[in-house]
Amino acid sequence: MASKKGESRVKVFLDWCKGCGICAAFCPSKVLSVDKQGKIRVDHEDECINCGFCEIHCPDFAIMVYPREERPPFEANIDDVAPATREELHKIRNSNSK
Amino acid sequence: MAKVTQLIHNYLRHSKRFPHVFCPGCGHGIVLGSLIRSIDSMGLAKDDVVLVAGIGCSGRIPVYVDFNTIHTTHGRALTFATGIKLANPRLKVIVVMGDGDALSIGGNHLIHAARRNIGVTALVLNNHIYGMTGGQSSCTTPTGSFSTTTPFGQLEDEFDISRVAKVCGASFVARTTVMQASAMDSLISEAVMHPGFGLVEILSPCHTQYGRKNRFKTCVDMYKWLQKSSPPLEKYRELTPEKQEKAIATGIFEKKDCEGLEEKYARMRRNLRGER
Ligand SMILES: Cc1ncc(C[n+]2csc(CCOP(=O)(O)OP(=O)(O)O)c2C)c(N)n1
Ligand code: SF4
Ligand code: SF4
Ligand code: SF4
Ligand SMILES: [Mg+2]
Repeated sequence: MASKKGESRVKVFLDWCKGCGICAAFCPSKVLSVDKQGKIRVDHEDECINCGFCEIHCPDFAIMVYPREERPPFEANIDDVAPATREELHKIRNSNSK
Repeated sequence: MAKVTQLIHNYLRHSKRFPHVFCPGCGHGIVLGSLIRSIDSMGLAKDDVVLVAGIGCSGRIPVYVDFNTIHTTHGRALTFATGIKLANPRLKVIVVMGDGDALSIGGNHLIHAARRNIGVTALVLNNHIYGMTGGQSSCTTPTGSFSTTTPFGQLEDEFDISRVAKVCGASFVARTTVMQASAMDSLISEAVMHPGFGLVEILSPCHTQYGRKNRFKTCVDMYKWLQKSSPPLEKYRELTPEKQEKAIATGIFEKKDCEGLEEKYARMRRNLRGER
């Protein structure tokens, strides 16, 4: 699972991040920090070794690590969720607006 | 790893308000992720899984996931689960409870579910406190520690959840912490696949109601403490008695083969009908 430095990207879903700091405190490569707004900031993306700790220990599913050469599985804005649920979301939205 | 987050989104109920209701750094969110990952890894269909919850912050977990879910009354989740399993033994029934839910008000149901060996899985999220209702002490609040109702320190001895389950006859008993999410994933899977009553005690920090009153400056401090003080069983056994006193062993405490109540019941019905 782990990979070499510089091979990964780290994405934070700011709307969902509560700034608890768990990911930043335990990241073995000190990639992350909590900013003044109380949200997580990616300081040193190149240092990430894709150990996966942050992703499975974030209580809010707000951080994601993926291979550098791949497109992000979904966009930073949580409005663009996983393709499987996107359709469902639209349905819910539409039914609410009626 | 990105697949992990994507996978979790495939199970969340996006009609609910996110981010979820739990406080920043609450361990319950990590349990939610772990539960989803372990069910996915077992390849179970959403419709074959029933999540039963009691009341408490922990009881909010099933609200967010797209399985068959039922949010029952405080302390009684195991009784609903017993009924569901006996009515339809094909279903995988997983019960999510807090420490107060499972052992204070619901203690009686827990000991009998374990004794009967009904084939459901109990996940007990132990944060040593009544989180939802304002930080009152529960029967798992460690001796000497502070809460709204024990402002001068808890005088009573606390329950060791895993030990209670084991002596009451539970056929699978394990303890883990939210600091070891991968280990938690596989323990949950093992408990769910185990025939008979399985219990997994999960240490899950509540900084809001417990940590702040017990000298943990931030929720991260609680996670550091968990990391330091929850050795695996093999390591725990090598510690001196004084060190054992301060540590909380993690791992599998009991695993024995025995038929779940629902299997015995099915066999009895077959016999009475004269089938075989
Ligand atoms: C019959 C009944 N008694 C009391 C309550 C109040 N109550 C709600 S949650 C709770 C305790 C929650 O503590 P725990 O089960 O440990 O869950 P946590 O919030 O810590 O996850 C209590 C006493 C209730 N809802 N119903
Ligand atoms: S663990 Fe999650 S919620 Fe907490 S600071 Fe990191 S990204 Fe934000
Ligand atoms: S995967 Fe997360 S915790 Fe691990 S090195 Fe990368 S940013 Fe840090
Ligand atoms: S009160 Fe405690 S248990 Fe409840 S959501 Fe907040 S941190 Fe979690
Ligand atoms: Mg509790």
